[in-house]
Amino acid sequence: MSVQTQGTDTAGEPAVRKARIPRPPRGADRDPASPARRGAGAPYLLVLPALLATVVLLGWPLVKNGMLSFQNLNPRQLIQHLTEWNGVENYRSVLSEPEFWHVVERSVFFTAVNVVLIVGIGTLIGLLLARLGKRMRLLLMIGLVLAWAMPYVAATTVYQWLFAQRFGVVNWVLDRLGWHSMADHNWLGSQFSTFFVVIVLIVWQSVPFVAINLYAATTTIPKELYEAAALDGAGAWQSFTSVTLPFLRPFLYSTTFLEVIWVFKSFTQLFAMNEGGPDRLTETLPIYAYVEGVGNQHFGVGAAISFLTIVALLVITSYYLRMVLKQEEDEL
Amino acid sequence: MKRSLFGRLWPNATAVVLFAGFVFPVYWMFATAFKPTGDIISENPVWFPTNITLSHFKKAVDADHFWTLVVNSVTVTVLSVVFSLVIALFAAFALARLRFKGRRGLIVTFMLAQMAPWEVMIIAIYMIVRDNDMLNSLVPLTVFYTMMVLPLTVLTLRGYVAAVPKELEESAMVDGCTRVQAFRRVIFPLLAPGLMATSLFGFITAWNEFPLVLILNKDVEKQTLPLWLSQFQTAFGDDWGATMAASSLFALPILILFIFLQRKAVSGLTDGAVKG
Repeated sequence: MSVQTQGTDTAGEPAVRKARIPRPPRGADRDPASPARRGAGAPYLLVLPALLATVVLLGWPLVKNGMLSFQNLNPRQLIQHLTEWNGVENYRSVLSEPEFWHVVERSVFFTAVNVVLIVGIGTLIGLLLARLGKRMRLLLMIGLVLAWAMPYVAATTVYQWLFAQRFGVVNWVLDRLGWHSMADHNWLGSQFSTFFVVIVLIVWQSVPFVAINLYAATTTIPKELYEAAALDGAGAWQSFTSVTLPFLRPFLYSTTFLEVIWVFKSFTQLFAMNEGGPDRLTETLPIYAYVEGVGNQHFGVGAAISFLTIVALLVITSYYLRMVLKQEEDEL
Repeated sequence: MKRSLFGRLWPNATAVVLFAGFVFPVYWMFATAFKPTGDIISENPVWFPTNITLSHFKKAVDADHFWTLVVNSVTVTVLSVVFSLVIALFAAFALARLRFKGRRGLIVTFMLAQMAPWEVMIIAIYMIVRDNDMLNSLVPLTVFYTMMVLPLTVLTLRGYVAAVPKELEESAMVDGCTRVQAFRRVIFPLLAPGLMATSLFGFITAWNEFPLVLILNKDVEKQTLPLWLSQFQTAFGDDWGATMAASSLFALPILILFIFLQRKAVSGLTDGAVKG
């Protein structure tokens, strides 16, 4: 397997052997009838390449990130390949930096606004899809899929053009609607309006995923439930709150978590739009870590910011997984 | 259920408006790419391109390094999709068909790995790649893109393998096939649609990837299209025609793939976390 040879030519690093992905100590789900069979080692052999890749290519960067965050790593140390441990100094300087807390607030706000809009609009469109006839549904689906499939950077350049200061469609429309001060508005000139453009972009790209999957979920609701509700004299609204909503609740919870994770770690759209500008005012945590670490060459500090972000994401992810595993208990 | 005319009308009207809203940016990208510059920078927008020109496309294609970057992007994307499918197929088979100790833990591991915040690990990856003298190379990109795609590929393929009836395999083995032969001749052909749908996610991920190539490859000859496109506008100023032509060329392969494979993919996507 050529991949493995590529993956292992860097395995001379002892860090690899230390990198272990924590696994829940569970083996209780064994099939009692199988171990005696010929080839008891076969499953492990089959899983080995994927597991090895995960341990090396995901575990190692995570461990490396942790190690870097405890090092004084600036241009001099970088060029001379020096390892200078400096304890929790990076974390102290990051956490005592008011700018860092601004970025945290900004990231939380940015994520919250996006997720509320994505899940809200996505749910409404998903329910609309369920109500439409065949042809109209197909039409709307085509629109959703096109927006969904647009590559990030291509979508970002298109939005730069839509919101362009001169000759951009958005300013022209606003001017026509009577908001004449917007005729020459520079959308990427201030923090608020840059965020506005990026949020419109991310919501436009992310709603289709929620809408299409929510519609798919509604198709699995047994018809009998609605019939029973109708027999009980439930109106449209009541059958929605008593049948549809409870059925979709698990889906909505897990989708919300997923979107939180995706939006919180998003990098490309914000960076390609305005590189976190103007004046570094639209940097969220991932971009802040990149600009501090790589742009300003404070690699240790950048790693500390990254690590704090990763830990926050890990907490959210583990909540999400616990929820999903509860839902799929029987399937695993 | 009978509905009033109004009750039938408003969902359809809303659907048309929404369709227009979702399609417009995509339409505007293509429309701008084909319009002569005079129609692009006009006081009032020209909604439908009447004078078609290909000059913007020519400009994009003739831009420095364009073809090198196309080759880079295609190479990295295709290789990482193929590698991840091959590695994942073994694991997916074991996780779907065999019972063994630690199976559940493995599934949870891949679920966790699927959510890995790659965007936030780029500094660490940069250091690892730099320590191994691999900056400005397509190899680390291919390796890490393979890993980005792998967990979800394992989980979705596991679903597709599990969906193939066990009896088919068993009857093949009764007819004298070994387990490997049964897999090759019976399961694998039935997996083809699943493999195609799964590869869509991989294509999108690798084709789109931006932060890692941004930090690893400063040498233009070793970059990929997303990076080139994001810098294109800086290089070409406000030449929106050329920028939109470049965006169209970059988006088209994925849009075509998506339209073709989306039907197959959506059923698979609902099981896993995918963002196209």
